[in-house]
Amino acid sequence: MSVIEVHGLRKEFTVRVKAGRLRREKRMVTAVDGVDLRVERGEMLGYIGPNGAGKSTTLKMLTGVLMPSAGQARVCGLRPVAERTRLALRIGVVFGQRSQLWWDLPLRDSFDLLRHVYRVPAAGHAARLRRCRDLLDLDEFLDTPVRQLSLGQRMRGELTAALLHGPEVLFLDEPTIGLDVVSKQAVRGFLAELGRAGDTTLVLTTHDLADIERLCRRLVVIDHGRVVHDGSIAALHSRYGSRRLVVAELDTALAAPPTLPGAPLHRVEADGHRLVYALESAGVAEVVAGLAGLAALRDISIVEPDIEEVVARLYRSPAQV
Amino acid sequence: MAETLAEPARPAEADRASGGLAAYRALLRAQARSQTAYRTSFVVDLVGNVGATVFDVVTVLVLFGVTTELGGFTLREALVIVGISSFAFATADLLVGNIERLPRYVRTGLFDAVLVRPLGALPQLLLMDLPLRKVSRALFGLAVLVVAVTSAGIDWTPGRLALVVVAPVAAVVFFGAVFVTTATVSFYWIDSGELANSVTYGGRDFTSYPITVYDGWFRALFAYGMGFAFVSYHPALALLGRADPLGLPAWVGWTAPGVALVAAAVAAVAWRVGIRHYRSTGS
Repeated sequence: MSVIEVHGLRKEFTVRVKAGRLRREKRMVTAVDGVDLRVERGEMLGYIGPNGAGKSTTLKMLTGVLMPSAGQARVCGLRPVAERTRLALRIGVVFGQRSQLWWDLPLRDSFDLLRHVYRVPAAGHAARLRRCRDLLDLDEFLDTPVRQLSLGQRMRGELTAALLHGPEVLFLDEPTIGLDVVSKQAVRGFLAELGRAGDTTLVLTTHDLADIERLCRRLVVIDHGRVVHDGSIAALHSRYGSRRLVVAELDTALAAPPTLPGAPLHRVEADGHRLVYALESAGVAEVVAGLAGLAALRDISIVEPDIEEVVARLYRSPAQV
Repeated sequence: MAETLAEPARPAEADRASGGLAAYRALLRAQARSQTAYRTSFVVDLVGNVGATVFDVVTVLVLFGVTTELGGFTLREALVIVGISSFAFATADLLVGNIERLPRYVRTGLFDAVLVRPLGALPQLLLMDLPLRKVSRALFGLAVLVVAVTSAGIDWTPGRLALVVVAPVAAVVFFGAVFVTTATVSFYWIDSGELANSVTYGGRDFTSYPITVYDGWFRALFAYGMGFAFVSYHPALALLGRADPLGLPAWVGWTAPGVALVAAAVAAVAWRVGIRHYRSTGS
């Protein structure tokens, strides 16, 4: 059985908008509009979309915070809202904008409190805490009150807090938002390590596509509450026509850039000294070989497709859905 | 990593009830430690908090400075009423009163954080924000109650001895239920604070006096529509052995615990329904 099974999940909100001096109109807003999803044990899933696409709302329905308007969700075989407290023992949740820690107490005390809250045997708790302390470098601020921690330090604390009870699924909502580069690296490295171990399922929403490229093989893109892509990053590229580029630097400019089979010319730069070909059916070797026969090559580089660009294009074109 | 982080550690179902209590105790300890971290300010708060309750009682005393009877009750009798009311309100306010901060919990995300933990949402919120400085108010209310019932010339019977303990406890439960029920309105209507206050603090003021001082639809609504007559008025009549000037039979005073349980049930249902309508905040 899949760890997460979601069928036709919907969430509608009524919002009141001003319509005249006193009158207010009710309007229905559909935040999540029929999402289907199936996640297997040990998968690392990136859940992305523009602001207001329904990412956080989906996560809140899967963690038992919000009641779905329609559809079904099972996480670890449990119904999130109806069996909220039983589910809570088996999942870990990090909401980037919410804290699980006690503001006025030292970080260490929060971890100890969570041991009681989750009723975790002391030995397992201590072992997991030791691993997190090593991997996330917690020791230097373990005795600092949480309110005095930097955002990066706090986030490392939140990650630890979410893992101390050994959850089967870890939900992360914007875990790297607002973090400096070093903290981002630390958080990513830690999550990658967790993914390598293979037992914990990870569902991650993010604005930062570098998180996804680093961590997730599977990508679900949501827009206007609907899933518009579900598959690998490579599948996203091929579906939306993003291609790897070969950039060739020439010693002397050619009168006319050569045509190569399976690799159309993408653009010409530096007065013909730099030719950029897009790889379609041809491989890198064929392009290089083709060019080498015609001109003196100074340098060759390959540019990987930029996921950010692909996703931006995806958001802009609802027609492609 | 593989061995230590991923191995699940779930307690057996049988451990859960006792484990739950230990968890709530831990939350309470944490709250005590957080609040007493600033010792001086805690002591100042503790003293300052007696003020409001003293004021309620002084108001009654001042009224009797200009009159010898209030709604047909002497000072000693009226003090039993205000004693039950101020003890019950102060204690309920200490234990449950902070639930009126629900809109803030929603805004700051504390409510979401609480919902992803394996404990009840309401007890967690109450324990995580328990205003320990209000202990002084509840103790003052208790002192007023003890003085009032010992000086009222009550003809003690075993039944009345039981009632003098049970009725104030029932009144605490009743006020607690009122706090929770009115707070759940903010699940639907975030700016409902003023309305909630008019019921909770209005209820406290209403129960501080014999209900005979009120009149008409107002009395009918607060006393029997919302049930505030069962907080202090009817139990006080039963303790004092007085007939109800408004004509209800004597046994009504003994139904206070039942009314409190009904109120608690209404609050529990309102809370459960409210949580299902909870809509969280963006991101």
